[in-house]
Amino acid sequence: MSNTVMSNTVMSNTAIARRGTLRIATAGSVDDGKSTLIGRLLHDTKTVFEDQLAAVVKASRRYGDGETNLALLTDGLRAEREQGITIDVAHRYFATPERSFIVADTPGHAQYTRNMVTGASNADVAIVLVDARHGVLEQTRRHAFIATLLGVKSIVVAVNKMDLISWDEAEFDCIAKEVSEYVQALPTPVPVVAIPMSALLGDNVVDASANTPWYGGPPLLEWLERFDAHPRRELGGRLHVQRVIRPQGGEYADFRGYAGVVNGGGFAVGDAVTVLPCGATSTVAALHRAGKSVGSADTGHAMVIELSSKVDVSRGDVIVVDSGRVAPSVGETVEADICWMVDQPLVVGSRWWFKHGSRTGRATVTAIDYHHDLASLDQEPTHELTLNALGHVQLLLSEPIVADRYVDNPVGGRMILIDEATNSTAGAAMITSVMP
Amino acid sequence: MSLSSHPVNAISPQASAHLDSLTDEAITIIREVAAECENPVLLFSGGKDSAVLLHLAVLAFAPARLPFPVMHVDTGHNFDEVIEYRDQFVKDLGARLVIASVQQSIDSGRVVEDTGPRASRNRLQSVTLLDAIAEHGFDAAFGGGRRDEDKARAKERILSFRDRQGRWDPRQQRPEPWDVLNARIRKGEHLRAFPLSNWTELDIWNYIAAHELPLPTIYYTHTRTVVERDGMLLSVGGPVVAEPGEVPYEAVVRYRTVGDASCTGAVESTASNVWDVIAEVAAARITERGATRADDTFSESAMEDRKREGYF
Repeated sequence: MSNTVMSNTVMSNTAIARRGTLRIATAGSVDDGKSTLIGRLLHDTKTVFEDQLAAVVKASRRYGDGETNLALLTDGLRAEREQGITIDVAHRYFATPERSFIVADTPGHAQYTRNMVTGASNADVAIVLVDARHGVLEQTRRHAFIATLLGVKSIVVAVNKMDLISWDEAEFDCIAKEVSEYVQALPTPVPVVAIPMSALLGDNVVDASANTPWYGGPPLLEWLERFDAHPRRELGGRLHVQRVIRPQGGEYADFRGYAGVVNGGGFAVGDAVTVLPCGATSTVAALHRAGKSVGSADTGHAMVIELSSKVDVSRGDVIVVDSGRVAPSVGETVEADICWMVDQPLVVGSRWWFKHGSRTGRATVTAIDYHHDLASLDQEPTHELTLNALGHVQLLLSEPIVADRYVDNPVGGRMILIDEATNSTAGAAMITSVMP
Repeated sequence: MSLSSHPVNAISPQASAHLDSLTDEAITIIREVAAECENPVLLFSGGKDSAVLLHLAVLAFAPARLPFPVMHVDTGHNFDEVIEYRDQFVKDLGARLVIASVQQSIDSGRVVEDTGPRASRNRLQSVTLLDAIAEHGFDAAFGGGRRDEDKARAKERILSFRDRQGRWDPRQQRPEPWDVLNARIRKGEHLRAFPLSNWTELDIWNYIAAHELPLPTIYYTHTRTVVERDGMLLSVGGPVVAEPGEVPYEAVVRYRTVGDASCTGAVESTASNVWDVIAEVAAARITERGATRADDTFSESAMEDRKREGYF
């Protein structure tokens, strides 16, 4: 059994009942077989329709790929098919009797890292592919780093193209150990599991391979079906108000509800709450989800909350349960890890729009603490963050936000920066500290 | 297409939980775009996806009224049942309907209609749509597009940027980390918002079942005179005329998608209610567009090409 270097996730039968939809993102370097793996996963779970497969067979001949190129199932843009690469993230969907899956197939090229960030930002699990012939490359490390910063709960190392190294167990162990040690040294380490496979031939993707008698773990799909995406620590319910619902007439003339997504914990009718940043207090009088009245609401639910007293609440405010274990921080001085995603570099003194929850304002960069060297994992001083760099910055906002640390509550701790001139989304920030 | 041997009449707990999370996601997107944009519109064709979208939009703001209008880009090549349904559904939900007419675009010389027995107005809709967006000053248009429909749609962001010419540039899409929606645009540009991005055809039907949504009757089995063309069953009468050698015949069919009548095919089916359809969709081996849309089989990148021009 070659799983000794990995800290595998133990799964119990009771966990199976709680498993919800699993969001997966692929990661890894160019030509390591990400799209082929997703194509194989879709094909072997009978998710590929006959007309899609016929179109792929036809296109494979047209692009001279010889055998059926399953990557063409997700490389849907003309430019991608012509060049045989993935440029932007493709989302695909499949379900087994066990659970539903949402898959983001992301590009491997360094220049398209921003699209990888888009695909991986919502993922529970990152599948990091490694070409067994080439081993761990810079992009493998970059993607593993980004995936852990974005908060995936586990990394699966798919050691691919094992058929091309004669299913060599020692090589597999070596790659698995290198990725595992790298991830454990990251600022936010997560469990790592490695699986030897051939995405092209289907070994250990859906069906167990006869070529790896030395591998004691499950094939990829079985592992994904059984993975328990542990809920994060409950902080206490928060709701970032997106909109005030006021019918202004008819039988609901006096109705006043606050719409938003619950995060960080739950709400129940009767809960004492505080509206931040103003500090007004009230009680939850009623809760509505998709038009129906309910007694309580959990993380992820899109709600309308009615309060028992008339308080001043508007878009951008946050309603917080008083009995929560950790209160959010309020302030305009923010420290964050950031993935930089535009050509225009981030420098000290530069100004951007920010969007956090439902609040928008201006952000000025007051310091760049360091950027991460992906190979050495050292924190190197720098005067700018360029396209695809990962760094840690300090920002001064034009107005206070009500936020959590990203590691505690991703919804309350995430923020984007927007270029004032082009309106492009420039940075993905994961908050590490908020102060007045 | 064959009926499943395991008829269903309830949604499994697993599918139900998945549907709830998709519903939360869609409602959140609709609320956020409505809050960030000054003048959004919801595109409504009378098809199943836009019916689900409109229903979700109403739920997103209940008990307040829908804060934006609904627009139908009318090709003039319609199924009568769909237009009746459109008017009734919009009225029942208390929404305001704007109609943008492809016929008017043709009459005013904005577009030139293809001629011949196989002419379709599908592609002309892009011009009518962009003209209507400019005329009404809409800065965001909600669409019922789903990523599982087509390989080009699979690449689309939830909030998708369109330049002043209404073009989509798939190579220069804005990053969209965490679905934190960046709705900033300059005057003359607009956004397309796709709250149903992560839904599949089966999710749509599960929602229709769970909420008992009415649909145009042509989504269920009926007898219709058709010709078989390029492997599709096209309804004769209206814009489709039988060509020499094509023999019209009576078939028991339903529509799996509803679009321009000239290029939307029916499928053989005896599914008479929503549960029959769910069983049928779960067992289907052909995609809905592959089975029913002649316009998508023209070329490998037909959808990408249309989307670049401003299509839905």
